[in-house]
Amino acid sequence: MALVRTLSVLLLLMFSGGAIAGGIEVREFDDPVMEKRYRDLTASMRCPLCENQAIDDSDAPISADMRERVYQLLQDGQSDIEIVDHMVQRFGDYILYNPRLENRTYLLWGLPIGLVLVGVIVVVLMVRARRNASAKALTAEERARLDALINRERSS
Amino acid sequence: MTRRLLLLLLPVGFIGIALFLYQGLGRNPSDRDSALMAREFPAFEASTLRDANRQVDQTLLTGEVTLVNVWGEWCPACKQEMPQLLELADRGIRMVGINYRDTREKGLEFLSEFGDPFEINIFDPEGDLGFELGVYGAPETFLVDADGVIRYHHKGYVSPEDVREHILPEVEKWR
Repeated sequence: MALVRTLSVLLLLMFSGGAIAGGIEVREFDDPVMEKRYRDLTASMRCPLCENQAIDDSDAPISADMRERVYQLLQDGQSDIEIVDHMVQRFGDYILYNPRLENRTYLLWGLPIGLVLVGVIVVVLMVRARRNASAKALTAEERARLDALINRERSS
Repeated sequence: MTRRLLLLLLPVGFIGIALFLYQGLGRNPSDRDSALMAREFPAFEASTLRDANRQVDQTLLTGEVTLVNVWGEWCPACKQEMPQLLELADRGIRMVGINYRDTREKGLEFLSEFGDPFEINIFDPEGDLGFELGVYGAPETFLVDADGVIRYHHKGYVSPEDVREHILPEVEKWR
């Protein structure tokens, strides 16, 4: 009985998995590391046709071709970097969700860090300016005027 | 003084970054250059659409400036751009087609119905050559110079304006 239940649950899971995957093929891997690399690679590449879908999530024909190529290159023993290069050579930097760090992208990666640094400098300068202003001692004249104001307040 | 300068720098910087990002918003993300620009046409080996026994390779595209058009019978924009391609062929420009993800039967049917501006058609039923070219849809048009180097790329439908304003000047430039 328990066996039947387990089997039926497994069957249900299989079919629901198939329904969610839609037009996207299921690939079998003997090696879990290879499978993880395949998943990460196909999730990190943008479908050139559908603009904001990763190729592991898109049923465009070109995405199927790209997944197939990633799979083939993995089987051929290529490294992740080689596979990414292979794709970028054909489809351009556009397909990378994470642009690589190179001359062209220093501004892209550097700008957020630069802006945070500017913000920190501004805050530090403002805090210091404010502290200096409040620490400044009053002149005798100012002190007398302040006393007068306080006394007037009290007497009224 | 430095403080005033700093306070001025903030809005200026903000406006600068905002303008930079704003002009990016208006750009069409599908309007991007081919990754193969200024690179050699990829090596390939394929049969031709008309003759399964005839093999061609990348040397087909050297010796003369050639327009390579990727098309398929299943692609509506390919039909619409045929008059423009026929006009380009009439002007004496060498045209080579890549019959992309199609069958021989349907490809030949297409040519007899819409005209054949191509000197030869490379048969690419699985899209293998298309993949090497970074093609992700049809039609796409590449300009290959006499040395077999890709010099210009047009994604999608070629309108009569595209012919006048982009393709003819590019052909002249590389001839």
